[in-house]
Amino acid sequence: MTDTMSPREDSRASREDTHELLRFATAGSVDDGKSTLIGRLLFDSKALFDDQWDAVEAVSAGRGDEYTDLALLTDGLRSEREQGITIDVAYRYFSTPERKFIIADTPGHIQYTRNMVTGASTADLALILVDARKGLVEQSRRHAFLCSLLRVPHMVLCVNKMDLVDYDEATFKQIENEFSAFATKLDIPDLTVIPISALKGDNVVNRSENMPWFQGPSLLHHLEKVHIASDRNLVDARFPVQHVIRPHSSDNHDYRGYAGQVASGVMKPGDEVTVLPSGFTSRIASIETADGPIEEAFPPLSVTVRLEDELDVSRGDMLCRPGNQPRVSQDIEAMVCWMDEARPLRVRGKYAVKHTTSDVRAIVKDVQYQLDVNTLHRDEGATELRLNEIGRVTLRTTKPLLCDDYRRNRATGGFIVIDEADNRTVGAGIIV
Amino acid sequence: MSDYRISHIAALEAEAIFIFREVAATCQRPVLLFSGGKDSIVMLHLAQKAFAPAPVPFPVMHVDTGQNFAEVIDYRDRRVADTGVQLLVASVQDAIDRGMVTEPPDGTRNRIQTPVLLEAAEKYQFDALFGGARRDEEKARAKERVFSFRDDFGQWDPKNQRPELWNLYNGRVHPGEQIRVFPLSNWTELDVWRYIGSESIPLPEVYFAAEREVVDRGGMLYAVNEFISPREGERVFTETIRYRTVGDATLTAGVRSDATTIEEIIAEVAATRVTERGATRGDDKTSEAAMEDRKREGYF
Repeated sequence: MTDTMSPREDSRASREDTHELLRFATAGSVDDGKSTLIGRLLFDSKALFDDQWDAVEAVSAGRGDEYTDLALLTDGLRSEREQGITIDVAYRYFSTPERKFIIADTPGHIQYTRNMVTGASTADLALILVDARKGLVEQSRRHAFLCSLLRVPHMVLCVNKMDLVDYDEATFKQIENEFSAFATKLDIPDLTVIPISALKGDNVVNRSENMPWFQGPSLLHHLEKVHIASDRNLVDARFPVQHVIRPHSSDNHDYRGYAGQVASGVMKPGDEVTVLPSGFTSRIASIETADGPIEEAFPPLSVTVRLEDELDVSRGDMLCRPGNQPRVSQDIEAMVCWMDEARPLRVRGKYAVKHTTSDVRAIVKDVQYQLDVNTLHRDEGATELRLNEIGRVTLRTTKPLLCDDYRRNRATGGFIVIDEADNRTVGAGIIV
Repeated sequence: MSDYRISHIAALEAEAIFIFREVAATCQRPVLLFSGGKDSIVMLHLAQKAFAPAPVPFPVMHVDTGQNFAEVIDYRDRRVADTGVQLLVASVQDAIDRGMVTEPPDGTRNRIQTPVLLEAAEKYQFDALFGGARRDEEKARAKERVFSFRDDFGQWDPKNQRPELWNLYNGRVHPGEQIRVFPLSNWTELDVWRYIGSESIPLPEVYFAAEREVVDRGGMLYAVNEFISPREGERVFTETIRYRTVGDATLTAGVRSDATTIEEIIAEVAATRVTERGATRGDDKTSEAAMEDRKREGYF
């Protein structure tokens, strides 16, 4: 840095230069080599530190493991290490010169469907592992289904342990074809299939010399390059009001700003907006941040919007364009994933629902069917949803939700269900 | 900006601001834990940005072990005065004097902070406590939610956490229970430094390299100060060190470094091979599950 350059300008540049963020969820069991794969990504991208490695090596050696168990890196809780299982979603971070990555590492077993759904809810990409020797198993199909239900825009199937099938192209092709056929039924927008060996490093960071027949990218190369900017909905302007900013100071006596995170679409000063549910219209006077006003706001920016007219706007309201409004409805059709061990979702059950920045109460009018996540069979005789079950449910809410189909808008199409007695989050809903 | 892309640092900032606003809008009595350490400094900066031009709508609280680096306390008081936020101090020394907690024989007060924190939370009836913890710090933290529920004993139950989907955070509690809120969950040490650099946030001097008198204890370099005196047989020598984390002066070690500017620190952090807690914190070395155990008791 030269003396003539102020630190501010210099660091501003470095801030703009820093890379895009990609969130991905991994699914698979320990047997599939998922922990080894994550360990390798962390290790090869130098996100794994020496003291973390030493700690894992020491524990592994102490247990008499034949090789250092990379699963110990991700299994953070005492009971997980004791039982050798992964219970919960673990978040891991690494970056390359191209991107910063957040991994939501989710356990694969059916009893952890809720964790898989949690990890997939914010993911740009889902990474599913299968063992080349075993091919697709029930669990692989379930993971693919859950990722499609949660509308994860990109999916990568890693056919792992290729070293154990002599890097055989035919074995890979068979799994690829079988999975692709299944995926077309699920409406998965972008699928990439990569043959890898997490243990040996084939096609993880570098292209493998053992599989010259494979022309595609290495896994890391794909993660760095997959185009995610257009995954966001930049068409439907939706701004759920989160908090009203009123300084009550002499400098800002009449200041009234609506703080929130842009859920979708693009907003600019001068845009005509409708406030829902009241239906009043106004124009955007300015879009402000602590660093000054900005010319346009888009997801995921957190901003403060000021309107030209003084309207009664509060948390839970939504700003949108007059010609492009969300649905305003108290009758909600949704796929619900139930997450509560204690009590099932039942018809006529009453719950709290949180949707965007809005809190309402809801009653379950009907359970239309329960879906078998392995076979996709619909059980229309079902009257309740138990832990880790998914079904189509009709709800009636006390106040209208300002919502879109989840397919079109992840931010305004998802909600959580809360038990009013003990405040626990007991379900996740996807509006259809 | 025309292609609507933003850097990952800007995305992390937007997420943190969303979290601050969500708590302010839905919880009754939030408080921000503020120690003068770099993560809490970033937190206060983000809180100011979240509510500008209005002031930060909650107080900050320091659980003061009485074993702080003097310059960090100076910094804390200056920063609080500049910001205009209300500072509450929960004093561990005071709790020892009252007999509420007993000072451990080794003189470290890290573990007895927890009851003091819980007592203060109860006294002021805080239902949401912001902490600067990050998931990259430690394995147990990697599994903790952004909104982390604590029962009326302040305890974390890792096996019974609320599922956290999309950005729909559940901050509902009954009286006596709390939510610990971690807006920096998805930040790494390097992200924090880059952000400090890009926002030009001033820091206490301890974070920058300087010649300090140190003793070597098990490979960790502790600066000699009012809390650390050389033990018998220990050699005091001069070393150029800085602090990667700032906890109690009794148990925070420095690292060898020549970094005297934020840019140099960023370059150093980007190249480091040891986690910040591994390099500098005696409190995490106790056992494989040291952090999980403390969190279960109500620690941040």
